[in-house]
Amino acid sequence: MTLTDDQRMLADTVAPFMADEGAISKQLRHWRDIGCKDGFGHGLWKQLAELGLTGIIVPEAQGGAGLGQVEANLVLEEIGRNLTPSPFLTTAVAAVRALEGSAQADRWFPGIVAGDTVAALAIDEGPHHAPAAVALEAKRSGNGFSLSGAKQFVVHGASADVILVAARTAGSAGETDGITLFAVPKDAAGMTVENVALTDASKAARLTFDGCAVDADAVVGEVDGGWAPLSRALNAGRAGAAAELVGVAAGSAEMTFDYLKQRKQFGRLIGEFQALQHRAAHLYGEIEIARAAALKAAQLLDAGDTKAELMVAVAKAKAGKVARLSVQEGVQMHGGIGMTDEHDIGFYMKRQAVLDELFGSPRFHSAEVARLSGY
Amino acid sequence: MSDLEAFRANTRAWLDANCPPEMREPMKGEKDICWGGRHFTFQNEAQKRWMEVMAERGWTVPDWPKKYGGGGLSPAESKILKEEMASLGCRPPLTSFGISMLGPALLKYGNEAQKKKYLTEIARGEIRWCQGYSEPGAGSDLAGLATKAEDKGDHYLVNGQKVWTSYADQADWIFCLVRTSTESKHGGISFLLFDMESEGVSTKPILLISGYSPFCETFFDDVKVPKDQLVHEENKGWDVAKYLLGHEREMISEMGLGGGAGSSTLGTALGGVDDPYLKAEIAAFDVDALAFAAMSERFIDQLKAGEAHPALPSMMKYAGTELNKKRHELVMAGGGSNALEWDSERSRGGKAARDWLRTKANSIEGGTSEVQLGIVAKHILRLPGA
Ligand SMILES: Cc1cc2nc3c(=O)[nH]c(=O)nc-3n(C[C@H](O)[C@H](O)[C@H](O)COP(=O)(O)OP(=O)(O)OC[C@H]3O[C@@H](n4cnc5c(N)ncnc54)[C@H](O)[C@@H]3O)c2cc1C
Ligand SMILES: Cc1cc2nc3c(=O)[nH]c(=O)nc-3n(C[C@H](O)[C@H](O)[C@H](O)COP(=O)(O)OP(=O)(O)OC[C@H]3O[C@@H](n4cnc5c(N)ncnc54)[C@H](O)[C@@H]3O)c2cc1C
Repeated sequence: MTLTDDQRMLADTVAPFMADEGAISKQLRHWRDIGCKDGFGHGLWKQLAELGLTGIIVPEAQGGAGLGQVEANLVLEEIGRNLTPSPFLTTAVAAVRALEGSAQADRWFPGIVAGDTVAALAIDEGPHHAPAAVALEAKRSGNGFSLSGAKQFVVHGASADVILVAARTAGSAGETDGITLFAVPKDAAGMTVENVALTDASKAARLTFDGCAVDADAVVGEVDGGWAPLSRALNAGRAGAAAELVGVAAGSAEMTFDYLKQRKQFGRLIGEFQALQHRAAHLYGEIEIARAAALKAAQLLDAGDTKAELMVAVAKAKAGKVARLSVQEGVQMHGGIGMTDEHDIGFYMKRQAVLDELFGSPRFHSAEVARLSGY
Repeated sequence: MSDLEAFRANTRAWLDANCPPEMREPMKGEKDICWGGRHFTFQNEAQKRWMEVMAERGWTVPDWPKKYGGGGLSPAESKILKEEMASLGCRPPLTSFGISMLGPALLKYGNEAQKKKYLTEIARGEIRWCQGYSEPGAGSDLAGLATKAEDKGDHYLVNGQKVWTSYADQADWIFCLVRTSTESKHGGISFLLFDMESEGVSTKPILLISGYSPFCETFFDDVKVPKDQLVHEENKGWDVAKYLLGHEREMISEMGLGGGAGSSTLGTALGGVDDPYLKAEIAAFDVDALAFAAMSERFIDQLKAGEAHPALPSMMKYAGTELNKKRHELVMAGGGSNALEWDSERSRGGKAARDWLRTKANSIEGGTSEVQLGIVAKHILRLPGA
């Protein structure tokens, strides 16, 4: 489990780019302070396209780089480290996996590859991740469907050009059969979008569908067979979120370890206190472990291994737990300054909270580990 | 078929043909571990044969050079051998401090004659080693050791006491840290090898809280050690000692895998759990354990590729042993009163409880968790004053 030369080169290109162009002062703090309605900059999204990153997992035949989850995760770790707001995870990773191989891919991939298009996923209907619990109803109507129901936590929902909506065409909430995935364009009649700002200054919409009419060709994959594209999107999204969380954990920890080497109290650098040293060393190890889990999950996904889903759950849960530890220790070890808005460390705590919930919390994924292991 | 694929197929076929069925059963206890050495009594013919056929191929130490009794395998081939042994359920043919600790140190610091003699004996399971590091006054502060070795021309005269020497009473030889100079704390230590049957060596077993007594007090009273049994240079034993500790920690960190190398979760091993609170705790543990298994795989790959920080074994030792302690806490919780039986047949002689107690040493032996964290803080995080 060491990186190939190509993967290392990619990481070496992305890291300085994100540290510079994606820096907190240039992106996150800037967009928040001016009250940007998207919560991210379209300029950066375009720059990512120029670097070939928005199409990183889009097949080469469709204009992308044709790379895999491991490569996408390298980008996401840097995004996490710098808290760079962008639709990379939802659009370039999760939505691309949902759309791949369908007719809708031909429609949306060119825009994604060019950095012109943003996609969002509308899955959850309650405050906790529960993709099988989809209840939003899609009834056949004319030669299309009519959607009724509500979604929440639709990240970048108000900025998206297309929203992938999981709806129920058969069965009942809790069943994975009978779900259908629709690619709904942003201006679809009967869909109301409420743009909500989240704790970390990103945006996630609440959507209401009131007899929203969509064409039959908006179906991604098969009618009643939406679980397949949805699972692909979720696996990729979860694995990617795990990598971004590792980046958040690492970025927060690096900032904290630096502070331990600068701040003096009691006539000594606080990093000399063993009470802090041991906690810092423990945190370091946990981050390495979370990174290995995320890498393993990505490799298994790319290999199409049957164990991939289990490892994805492990990675998302572990990265969430570790990132939480990292941001909590980060704010605590910064003392009073860590509680100020002026200091960046608090941003890590806020981002961790949002990413932790996105695509399922550590509790959700621990339960998945139990379920997939048969106990 | 690539070379590696061919290697895998051949390895599998050979293991399948040569590993006795008894050696594919999971180990039931300490006794099933094959330690080798002059005093070792094999459990059965299969255990002996398995060690011998593997030694014949150099596969007791697959990645050591062939000229020292190893298998001469590349890192990728060793990994394949390990995977194939795991998938067929083959037991390790030989477990020894010689393989996991002294061997690597000799490969780096031993002279040609020492390598030729000792490595070959270790590979064949002919001598069993023990580790003479700790002393009553020098545990975590290992370099504070006092056991003295005086230069007597062609030999050293060793006097002093060691403690917590695992299996000293069953070992053939000892690798031992001694003081050859008092001028500098770290710079006055030497690394000696000698026969436990030398005149003046005596041992006294110590009973553990688990009811086992695998370790001893070890006394040296005018022990003569020939000079050619000094490894590396006089007063430079600390380099050897630290290098060896890195390997010891690497080995101990594997406890984090709970023997299963990530193949099954604790929840499945316990055969399901009814109590929802315990189930949630176990599932959370399984997340940590499977993540650690991924880290362990990565760590070994990094070590082999020369990409690992030299202090990384400390991080792994800390994480792996804390995890193993947690695992056994949960096994006890899952077993309830059944797990508390100490000597019934049903409880296989109190295996769960004894194992649980034994794991408490994991975060002490080979350097305590606190010491490992200190090493990470100092050498990896470079925190001040650490
Ligand atoms: C919301 C808020 C309200 C406040 N209100 C008031 C107020 O009304 N009046 C007032 O006077 N102050 C107030 N304070 C200040 C508060 O008392 C200090 O922030 C606090 O004492 C910590 O000091 P510090 O921020 O300088 O952190 P530092 O002392 O720099 O500590 C940084 C980190 O190092 C650790 N550390 C420091 N020394 C040691 C050591 N010897 N061993 C181990 N670890 C150590 C700390 O635990 C911390 O994790 C307030 C702070 C906050 C956040
Ligand atoms: C089962 C078992 C097998 C062993 N086998 C061997 C063997 O084969 N050969 C051998 O030589 N040794 C062996 N040991 C000894 C082992 O290496 C020592 O026990 C260990 O290094 C700790 O030393 P100590 O017991 O003297 O504890 P101490 O050093 O006295 O430590 C007591 C406590 O203080 C803490 N402490 C000490 N220094 C610091 C510090 N600087 N900062 C923070 N906390 C600190 C420790 O972490 C520990 O919690 C074995 C031990 C056990 C339990």
